[in-house]
Amino acid sequence: MSLQITALSVQRQRRCIVEDVSLATPLAAGSLTALVGPNGAGKSTLIHALAGLLPSSGQLLLDEVPLSALPLRQRSRQVALLPQSLPQSVGLSPYELLLGGLLANGVGRREAETRIDAVLRRLGLLTLAMQRLDTLSGGQRQMVALAQVLARQPRLLLLDEPTSALDLRWQLAVLGAVGEDVRQRSAIGVIALHDLNLALRACDRVLVLAGGRLQADGAPDAVLDAALLRRVYGISARIEPCSQGRAQLIVDQLLPETHLEALPS
Amino acid sequence: MSTTLALALDAPLSLAQRYHRANLRRAAVLLLLGAALCLSLLWDIGTGPSGLPLRDIVQGLLAPESLEIADRVILFDVRLPYTCMALVVGAALGLAGAQMQTVLNNPLASPFTLGLAAAATLGAAMAIVFVPVLPWLPVELLTPLCAFLMALLSTGLILLLLRWHGGGSHSLVLFGIALMFALEALVSLMHFLADSNALEQIVFWSMGSLGRASWPNVLLVAVTLLLCFGLAMRRAWALTLLRSGEAQAESLGVDVARVRRACLVEVSLLTAVALCFVGTIGFVGLVGPHIARLLVGEQHRYFLPASTLCGALMLSLASIASKSLIPGLIVPIGIVTALVGVPAFMLLILGRRAAA
Repeated sequence: MSLQITALSVQRQRRCIVEDVSLATPLAAGSLTALVGPNGAGKSTLIHALAGLLPSSGQLLLDEVPLSALPLRQRSRQVALLPQSLPQSVGLSPYELLLGGLLANGVGRREAETRIDAVLRRLGLLTLAMQRLDTLSGGQRQMVALAQVLARQPRLLLLDEPTSALDLRWQLAVLGAVGEDVRQRSAIGVIALHDLNLALRACDRVLVLAGGRLQADGAPDAVLDAALLRRVYGISARIEPCSQGRAQLIVDQLLPETHLEALPS
Repeated sequence: MSTTLALALDAPLSLAQRYHRANLRRAAVLLLLGAALCLSLLWDIGTGPSGLPLRDIVQGLLAPESLEIADRVILFDVRLPYTCMALVVGAALGLAGAQMQTVLNNPLASPFTLGLAAAATLGAAMAIVFVPVLPWLPVELLTPLCAFLMALLSTGLILLLLRWHGGGSHSLVLFGIALMFALEALVSLMHFLADSNALEQIVFWSMGSLGRASWPNVLLVAVTLLLCFGLAMRRAWALTLLRSGEAQAESLGVDVARVRRACLVEVSLLTAVALCFVGTIGFVGLVGPHIARLLVGEQHRYFLPASTLCGALMLSLASIASKSLIPGLIVPIGIVTALVGVPAFMLLILGRRAAA
């Protein structure tokens, strides 16, 4: 299984938010790809376009099949989106939300119950299963949304900043669970992240987006270097191996804005 | 054997079993609401200036020939249509309000949010003011017909704007509010153009009254209600998923634009049919869904019936109050629902804040 992106562009209100994004090699089955970049780079827009929620030009091929040719229902069975957060005032329980999602995807009742039980157990959410969502914290709601995505067992997982409301422990737990799921089922995971150390630690590939354009693409420790960080983020930073041999980002200082290379807006 | 049984009883329930239990509790709440509604309807039938005792009413309902002719006319041609109209109109407004709050993702939405009530009032006012222009059509038919057509026209206009502009629920609410102000200005223009007799009729129509109830009217509203209820229940899971956000619902395979469009047409039909016979009755479509939400949550397979029952119960109780507040006089029910609805709504808000 693979996902190929060719000349993908997205316009919103007559402004080009994502421009001509093409990948040299397709995203491979069983891989987790980080989508990183500064605020306003177009990460969420790209994720939503991949999910088919925004009109786009260019080509998206999932296993050689154009995603845009798939009817909404069929597409939803193959592609799952995790939004940045679930709405706050919802009088539903996590169990109901997961069950509704699975039934909408054509999963049988028995199978749905088994999957929900397994995924809530795996994410440590069993005690929250019957509570109303409007009584949960932002981080807990984000975990419920992740549980809904994992329970659907899609071929393509699109996660829009799933760790933004989570503490350190849960950030690692989420990335671990997603990575494990993607590898076990040979699915494809794309995850928008702000924390580059998380990308270095958990992802197989990184796409760097800035000003709506793809700036770099490759293995995280090969792509993220001092020059790119200065150019894209305007920071002085270095990638160094930590005591466990893993690459780690160390930020030295914030640079004046003049160090930011002019990127297309 | 007994040890095995004891272990089985002590075993923690699975999630599916706990969910099943929660649904049983909700079903019990629906049954209780239904029982409360039956009692309220009986009380409503028994309330009125002619002083028919409850025993005679029950006996008359079971064996109509046991009643005197005058009492039979009062029961079957006055009291029952009045009570049944409260039941079907309240239920229609409750169901419409629940769907409106979901598709607009706005707890303050009601069947009136998109200017439907203002449109119906304008239609009725036009019928009343311009009645000499159409002398061949009786005013009893013309007023509800114009109210109905104007309400549908306003919905059509909003759907057209939405199609042309695009956008989500926020755009829809903004269009609705703008349209409501325009329609209210036109109603004021009708007030200005009307003579004193027509003005009196417009004002009375806009107060909302069940006094115009008749069996054919009740039947029409009931059939519309049943049809729309069936359609709404078929969309129950889609509406439930819509509560998790439009993008999330779409990603789950819900055609959000289509569901929204279908709901709006259905809500317009329900509201227009209900209001064209009784005038403006506010707050039922706003408060009914809130009470239902507190009782059964937002799983729409339970929320929609609960909201329908709450709306019916609210209007039935308001009907009793409208006949009992001032002896010998029936206060227009629109005034009662507003007077009772405002404090009820405030209590809901304060209760929710205290719970938070």
